[in-house]
This record gives sequence, C-alpha cells and structure tokens, in this order.
Amino acid sequence: MPYVHPEQDPAERRRIDPAIEMEGISKAFGSVQANRDVRFTVRHGEIHALLGENGSGKSTLMNILSGIYQPDAGTIRLRGREVVFRSPRDSIELGIGMVHQHFKLVEPMTASENVAMGTGDGLSRSRAKAAERIRDYAARFGMPVDPDKKVADMSVGEKQSVEILKVLYRGADILVLDEPTAVLTPQEIEHLFAILRRMREEGASIVFISHKLHEVLDLCDRVTVLRKGETVGTVDVAGTTALRLIEMMVGRAVDLSIERPPVGADGPCLSVRGLTVRDALGVAKLDGVSFDLAHGEILGVAGLAGSGQKELCESIAGLVHPQSGAILFHERDIVGRSPREIIRMGISMSFIPEDRLGMGLVASMDIADNIMLKDYALYGGFLLDRGSARRKAQSIVDRLAISTPSIFHPVRKLSGGNIQKVILGREIDLSPKLLVTAYAVRGLDIHSSYTIYHLLNEQKRKGVAILYVGEDLDVLLELCDRVMVLCGGRVTGIVDARTSRKEEIGLLMTGVTGDAPVPAGAGEGKA
Amino acid sequence: METGFAVMAALFLASAVRISVPLLVGTLGETVTERAGHLNLGVEGMMMLGASAGFLVAVRTDSVLLALLAAILGSGAGALLYAVLTVTFRANQVVTGLALTIFGTGVANTLGKTVVGENPPPAVQAFFALKPLHADLSGIRDVPVLGPVAGFVDAAFLQHNVYVYGAVALALLLAWFLRRTRAGLHLRAIGENPAAADASGIRVIAGKYAAILAGGMMCGLAGLYMPLVHIQTWTDNITGGRGWIVVALVIFVRWDPLKATLGALLFGALAIVGFLLQAYPQLSGSILFSQYVIDMYPYLMTLLALVLANAGRKKGWQGPGALSVPYFREER
Amino acid sequence: MIRIVRKEDTVGLRAWAVRAGAILAALAASVLLVLLMGYDPIRTFGAMLQGAFGTEYGRINTIIMAVALAMTALAVSVAFSMKFWNIGAEGQILMGAFAATAAARVLPEGTPPVLLVLACLLAGLAGGAAWALVPGLFRIYLGTNETLFTLMMNYIAIKFVVLLRCLAWKDPAANGFPVIAEIPAGAFLPPVLGVHAGWILAVLLAVATYYFLRSTKLGYEIRVVGESERTARYAGMDVRRVVVTGVLVSGAMAGLTGAVKLMGVAHTLSETVAGGDGFTAIIIAWLANLSAPGIVVASVLFAALKQGTLAMEIVGSPPSLSDVIKGLILMAALSTEFFLRYRIAVERRDAHATAVHPPAGPGQAEGGPSAEAGAPAEEGG
Repeated sequence: MPYVHPEQDPAERRRIDPAIEMEGISKAFGSVQANRDVRFTVRHGEIHALLGENGSGKSTLMNILSGIYQPDAGTIRLRGREVVFRSPRDSIELGIGMVHQHFKLVEPMTASENVAMGTGDGLSRSRAKAAERIRDYAARFGMPVDPDKKVADMSVGEKQSVEILKVLYRGADILVLDEPTAVLTPQEIEHLFAILRRMREEGASIVFISHKLHEVLDLCDRVTVLRKGETVGTVDVAGTTALRLIEMMVGRAVDLSIERPPVGADGPCLSVRGLTVRDALGVAKLDGVSFDLAHGEILGVAGLAGSGQKELCESIAGLVHPQSGAILFHERDIVGRSPREIIRMGISMSFIPEDRLGMGLVASMDIADNIMLKDYALYGGFLLDRGSARRKAQSIVDRLAISTPSIFHPVRKLSGGNIQKVILGREIDLSPKLLVTAYAVRGLDIHSSYTIYHLLNEQKRKGVAILYVGEDLDVLLELCDRVMVLCGGRVTGIVDARTSRKEEIGLLMTGVTGDAPVPAGAGEGKA
Repeated sequence: METGFAVMAALFLASAVRISVPLLVGTLGETVTERAGHLNLGVEGMMMLGASAGFLVAVRTDSVLLALLAAILGSGAGALLYAVLTVTFRANQVVTGLALTIFGTGVANTLGKTVVGENPPPAVQAFFALKPLHADLSGIRDVPVLGPVAGFVDAAFLQHNVYVYGAVALALLLAWFLRRTRAGLHLRAIGENPAAADASGIRVIAGKYAAILAGGMMCGLAGLYMPLVHIQTWTDNITGGRGWIVVALVIFVRWDPLKATLGALLFGALAIVGFLLQAYPQLSGSILFSQYVIDMYPYLMTLLALVLANAGRKKGWQGPGALSVPYFREER
Repeated sequence: MIRIVRKEDTVGLRAWAVRAGAILAALAASVLLVLLMGYDPIRTFGAMLQGAFGTEYGRINTIIMAVALAMTALAVSVAFSMKFWNIGAEGQILMGAFAATAAARVLPEGTPPVLLVLACLLAGLAGGAAWALVPGLFRIYLGTNETLFTLMMNYIAIKFVVLLRCLAWKDPAANGFPVIAEIPAGAFLPPVLGVHAGWILAVLLAVATYYFLRSTKLGYEIRVVGESERTARYAGMDVRRVVVTGVLVSGAMAGLTGAVKLMGVAHTLSETVAGGDGFTAIIIAWLANLSAPGIVVASVLFAALKQGTLAMEIVGSPPSLSDVIKGLILMAALSTEFFLRYRIAVERRDAHATAVHPPAGPGQAEGGPSAEAGAPAEEGG
C-alpha cells in the first residue's frame, strides 16, 4: 500500500520522507521511565537495528509504534505525516507489522486462522483463499508453513514464520521484529536473515531489535542505540565497529568511587559445578555453569537479561531443580533440598524482578508482615511472633533510613528505593552466610544505590559471601572483586574486576569470546 | 410388548426434547459468552429476566414477536450490566455473575407478581400449538419397517412446536458462525488470547461486549420458553435452577454448539428417566435408578468432564484460554 | 479520546466513604426501580425498616439470618484470602447439616444434650470440611478449576439431600410426606437472650477468623499464598499443604454453619436449609473486602434487608424486591473497586491529529507539523 502524497511524485516523496520518524517519545510505567525523549528514524528500504541492553526501552518504543502503548509525549510521523495510534488496529491499517518477541499467536488455532484473523470484511471467510495466499507468501519468501497445522504443534521457528506471514498478509511494508533470533537455532537464524534481505529488496523497511552485535553487523544498514530509555545515537553499520557499538550500548566508563574492601581470607563458601537447568521445553537455561565464591568476597554476575541469572539464583535458593550439576555450600550439596531447609542453612536470596514486587515481598502487606516472611516459621508454636517482627521492622527502618509513615504501611505504597531496602534489610537481618542478590539497585536513584552498596560491603567485611547479579557494568566493576559473565546460560568468562575494562565484559556478554576477531564494518551494507 | 416399548420410548424422547429446549438455548448463549473469555454465572438471572419480560408482554399484547423481543431486551439489559462491570470496570466475573443472578431473579419475580397464574393469550397459544414438521403418515403406516420407523421418528422428533426447531436451528447457525465466519474466528481469538487478537487488529472490547450481549439475549429466550410454552403460566422462580445446569452443560459439551444439542437432550432425558424406570419393577428396586440419584448424574458427569480435560500427560483443549481472565492492554 | 489509567489507589477513610456512597447510590436506584415497578417507595422502605428492626420478632429474625450469613461469609473469606474461589459454601452448609443430622440419628437416645450438641457441631465441621476437600485435592493435584468444581458440588449436595428426604431417610411417621424426622430436641441449640446460641458461635468465629488470618502462622501463609504462590515458595512455604489446610478450614466453617442452621432453626434436614446463603455470603465477603468486622456489618445489613422485605408484603410490595436491592448494592460496590484503582483520562491531543484521518498540511515535509491546517488526506488501509 504505497502512500501517495497529493502534491508530489511518489518516488520523489519516498526519497525525501523517512518511513518512520518518532520524536520526543516519552513513556512511563508508574515510577519507571521506560522511554525519555527518544528520537528514532527509519528510511525506506533499509534494515535498521534498534540496539540496547535489556531495559533500555527498545520494546516499549516498538510497542508504542505498533499502537499497544500510548506515549505520554512525543509525535510519530509515518511517511511524512503525523499519526496517532489508538490501538494496534490503527497501526496495522497504516502498514506497520510487528513480530513480537513473545509470539502473539492463538495456540489452538491453525496457521491460516492466525494469519487471516483480524483482516478482511464481510461475514463469511474463505478458508481456501486464505490458505492459498499463505502458500504464495510462504513460497515467495521461502517459509515452509502448513496453513492447516495448529500453532500449538509447531516448532519455535515455524511459529515465527507464522508471525511474519501474518504481517505480510496484512500488506505491511514496515516490519518490526522484536528480538527475533532469541529463540532460534543458528540455521533458523540464517534462514530468517535470507527472508529479511529478500523483503528489503522488495522495498520494505525493517526494524530489527537485537542485542547481538554480530547479527546487527551482519544484517543491518543502520543502527540506533538506546541506553536507559534514551537515544544514544544513530550510525551507519558500514562505518562502525563492534567495539564502537558496545561503547554506545554500555556508555563510557564512569568513576563511581564505590568503596571496595579487600577480600577476607575466610575460605570457600560456595562451589557450583556443572550446573545445568532446562525449562519445560528442554531448552538449556543454564549450561554447565561452574564457579567458586569465597567468604568475604563479592562475585558479580553480568549478562544480558535472560542469560540464566534468574535460574542461577533460583537454583541456589532451591526454587528450581537443576537437571545436573552440584551446588556445594560448605562442601555439602544442597541440590534437592527444600527452600526452607536452604534458608535455615544460612543462604539468603533476594531477586528484584522488573516489577519489584513479584517475588520476595507481599505487596499488600505492611512492612512488619514482610519482615517476617523468611523467618516466621523458625520459631515454635502456632502463632506468629508479631512483637519481635515489629521490633525488627522498626530497627531495619531506622538503620536503613527507610522513609515510611510507619512499619504498618503496605510495601506496595513505598517508593522503589525503600522497597529494595526492606528486602535487603530483611535478608541481612537473617545474618546469612551467603547472600545472593539480583538487581538490588534496579530503578534506584544514586543516593539509594550507594546505601545499598554500603550495606553489601558491610556484609562483606563480616565475612559473608555475596553473589551480586547486576545490570550496570560500572557498578559491577567497582563493587565486585570478580565478575562472572553469562551468555545464553554459559559462563563466557570470569574476570578480575580490578583490572578488567567495561568493553571486555560487554563483548563477553554478547558472546564474542576471548580474542575472536571482531569484524570491523561487517555486514553487507547495501542500501 | 414390542410396539408398546417403541411408543413409550418415542413419547419419552419427545418429552426429553421438550425439556431440553431451555437447556439448549441457554447453553448456546453461555457458550457465546464463554467463548469470548467471560464466565457469566448470571445465566439463571438472565433467563428469569427474559422469561418475565417476555411473558408479561405476551400476556399484555398477545404477540409472539413482541414477546420474543421483550425477552431479548430484558435479558440483554442484564447482560449489559454484566458487560460494563466485567469488561470496562474489570470487576470479578464470578461475583458479578452471582450478583446478576440475584438481581435478575429479584426483578423477574417482582415483575411476575402481576401475572401469576395467568396463561398465555390465545394467539400465542395457537402459535406454539403448531407442529410445522409433523408428517402425515397415514399412507405408509402399514409398510413394514419403514412405517413403524417413520412413526417413531415422527412421534419423537417431528411433533414439536416452532420453539424447539428454532433452538436447533440456532445451534446449527452458531456452529457455522463459530467455525466458518470471520466474526466467529475473531470471537474465538478474543476468548483464547485477547492480547494476540488485539495485536492482530481485532476490536477486543467491542467483541466482548457483542458476545456477552448476544449470549445474554439467548439466555433470555431460553427463559421465556418456560412460562410461554412449557408451563404456560407464571410462578416464582420459574426457571427452577436451569441456569445452573446450563453452566454445567457448557463445560460438558466443551463449548461446542453441535454437541450442545445432544448434551441438552441427554440432560433433559436424565431429568425424567427415573420416573419412566419406575414402570420396571426389576429396576425401581435399585436406588441407582431412582430419579433422585439420576438427578445428580448431570453434575457428576460435568465434574468428570472437568477433571478429564485436565488429566493425563498430554492436555487437550480445556476451554477458552482466557476464560475469566480480565484483559487490559497496557497492563504489564 | 478516552482511556483508562491506573492511578494511586484510594485507601483508608476516603475509600470507605466512596464505598458507602456507592451503597447509597444503589439504594437511590432501588427507590427509583420500586417507583418504576409501580410501588410506593416510602411505604415500601418504611415497612422494610419496621419489619427488620421495629418489632422484637423482626429483630430476632434479623439476627438469626445475620448469624448464618456472617458465619458462611467468614468461611468463604478464608478460602478467598488464598485466591481459592470456593463458591461451594452452599453445598458445604448442606453437608454440614447432613453430618449433624447423621450424628443425631446415630447417637443413642439417652445421650446427654451437651454431648449431643457437641457431637452434632463437630460432625457439621467434618461434613463441610470433607465436602470442600474434594475440589481442593483436585485443584492442587490436577489443576482442576475450583470455581466450576465447587459450583457443581453444590448441586450434588442439594440432590443428595433431596434423595435422603424423599427416599433414604423419609420419615415413616409423616403420613407419606417426603420429610426427614426432626432431630431430637436434645440436639437443639438452646436460646440465649432470645436467640439460639448460634449467635455466640458466630461472634466467636468472627473474632477467631480475624485473629486466625492475622496472627497465626497458617493464616499468614494463606494470605501470602493468595498474594503470590511464587513468593510463598520463595519464603519456603509448602503451597499444597497451605491450600489443603485452608480449604479444610473454609469448608469446616461452612459445615459448622450448616449444623447451626439445622440445630438452631430448621431442626429437620432439607435441601432448603442453606437457602442461598452460600451465594449471598460470597457477595458479603467480597463487599466487606474479606475483613471479618466488615463481614459482620454487611451480614446484618443483608439480613435486615431480607427480613425487612418479608414485612413489605403487608403493604403489597413483593419480597423479591430484596433481591433487587441486594443485586443493585453489590453491582454498585463492584464498580466502586474500579474507581478506587483507575481513573478515566480524557485526552485532548486527538482533537487535531487522529490515526485514520491525519491532517496533511502542505508544508509539513520536514520540521514540525502544523496540525491545525490542511484537509484530511485519504489513506489507503
């Protein structure tokens, strides 16, 4: 559906106006600013990468483009004209097709039903005609999809083909693919790239969201990098290098001046050997992970989101049962023990999920009730020991300067920093020997973050072994003694935080290991 | 003995068909609602609303058409309340449904007070006395095999009024609608995965409203059958808990309009088979064949269907994927 | 354009004021509806108040009804606190009453009343708990939907009691009437201050439920499981054990209600012993936000409504009006929760730029769009 401007020759118009211009886009979810004044422009007939660490606001931006979210501020221009999307329907009508990271497919229905859904007019639908068109597209772009197969019975690669067919079927000439390669095998990825190049040749504009550098360099024409919800810049792939992109993604090294007490010489605490965790579909989420952690040491864990951090934390806490491997705590294997036994052994795990309240806190309960979540069962008797929970809560609130009207305030109503202080305060109060903490400073301001670093260092001095899963590489490098990097469930390196550079970790995170040559200006660069 | 049994069986089937009509129509209505992802426990209330509004108008106007229209509007109003509360206000579907049942029953019984004991007026009665499919079999009565078979089919299935055949037609229509039409596909998508439907450009909110309203209106027609055709007068709580059997039946027939016709017939037959079995002394001695025990079977069978849907290693389709899950696009 | 936006929750006194306002609005709507149906609202509601509170008889009956409603709603609130949607209280009441009757029939004639009453109450507890356990086990081991399961169990219980009444336990001394013989007078709950002793149980149960959910380990676990099973597992709780115990407690409380209704009011088992209280209780529990004190207040309100409407017949208004008013109050309360959490935002930006007909001013090739100018351009969909 080419856009014809009343005044100008269509071809001329296409040359001048970009396919998409998003300007000043801001979007907040509660107190989290997912996009701030983002600028993003895509030309006609290019594959444009949207690059950034997880949480940098890529998905939010694309959900705004596809009409799922409404921006708080900013304008969108499509082929030169300002538009406002009220729903995905509006966006589809203007030729935008989104292939979501988590497929938006109706599992019990067939490919053909999924593809045709939401299109066409009139009451009756011709199943034969829809199937015919699907076969056409499938043949044209080399996607083997059986129109009559149920989505529930399909492989991940097939499902993605259905998503792409869905977009093509609607006549979209602007395609957005949200981390399309995350779930694919290398062969499937190659195949996908061939399809996308084919579409570019036919004049489509493609937005390719990824955090895998080599893919971006291989496939795309230009790259826009987002960091912490803001645009860092847009560059031509032909004139850039992986290193330069990493710098843009992770930012320049900043001196945070976080204190780093020396490692105490208290001996080993935790040894993980060959830990492997598979999900329900048999996909390895952790693959042969091994490391050691000593008392009085902070071991950082770096990695893009979904690289296995969650599974690692949950395995240590006893919430996930690994398929193989051992977790030795003081030389005793804790695999197979119940979460409560593990808590009693002195292992504390706190995981701050993206919504902060999903696990670890009971949102509607007050601070005092949340303080006793871990240890309420340790005392005998039928009744809760509310008195001591209250005293504990009060002392934690005082010690960590948690700002709250009282300890009877529901944690849901606290600010992010205070919520995190409550969790960490509770965990520290249990006097653990091993403290596992994930994303402890997620969404916090500088001041609150330093309070948390200080708390962790205090524990370190006491000889507590700390596993610190973090997002900010500057913090990892300044706070931790060593940093372990995870990529796709494997350990790609364990480096000394005192001597390593940020870019080094950045490369390890994206799976570019060791001294493998980084192709400068790779990619085919055709425009 | 042989023909005696055949006659009895035909009469029994004919009664079962008549009893199953409100079950079938209500099941079709609740199927539409649940296919859109909304568990509406207000079926009983909507049936009562439809029954009272329709019967009241029938008595006042002696018009079948106006009575049907009134039933549709009455139960539709109840369904609209439910839709506003659960779709727009995101209220709990179970509690809202219960409230609708209490409200609808209350309104219906209050309205019905003015027509207690009245009978449907003459034109309405005449209309429902019609047996449009009843065949004249005098020509083939004595033909061997064909004669008795035709007689049996006629007695069991062809001597019913328009309401009965309308219900079956509605079931066929609905089956076609869900399987073969675009709107039916969209409705199923909304109930399975509203986020996917939304991303495909389907109007989710409008679809939910339409399904809840249409489903509620069918429940109203189901209710109207009771005073207008079945009992032919008004009493308090005239639908007598059939709305709850409908909720069970929808699960039992796995949200399928075609299976609903058979399921309703089965549940209808179960409601009266015990009385029939009393004619057989060798059975009536056993408590298992008592009507009081048989009355439990529909619910036991539904429980079994409910459990079986979840049992086993490979789980089959367990009903609309987003049943009773509220949908809010920007929630994350 | 209108969109729905999550806002900071309204809480505390303001929230309760909003809820009270909603109930008043529902009452106003009821007045309107009563008028529409052709009844005199002043006489109707006057008779209602008079009937519920005006006479000693009315007051006693209001309290009797409130006792049953409150006990059932408390039972339901325990299950709801862990997001186990037990809508089977109706059946659990009946099975409690059944078990109490069975105990009364089994115990020998000379049993002292104290023992008899205790045995019947305990049997009631057990009956309700057993009936609730079935859906509970199916839920935790097979993941069967407990809403539909408990709903079906209600009707099985009803049909079971009908079976007893008409067949198995039919009283031979009743001249062929299908009724079950009265339980022995020794098993009746004695009146205390004019109302059967069940009210003492109800008060105790309200206090006990309040402290159970607030101050016991199990109550705490139930609330944590209700909020998030993941968090419960993280805290080392055995979610299955918590759900089973919670379901047993909820069912036992409903069963106890059944025993009390039987021993205090009905004295003979029939399928009308529960009388819809199991459903009304769900509404009460929800309305009271699952808080025990709130449940007591709401129960008295609903009981007064029910008792009051019985008196309305005297002035010619049908008692079914109580259901109308109940339904309206509940629907108003249900919509209140929405307005406590969300607000409806009306946005102005679409006044000059919309998706379907975006303005295409001549000079908008680069820079800022001059949105007000220009006619809508056609866009092929």
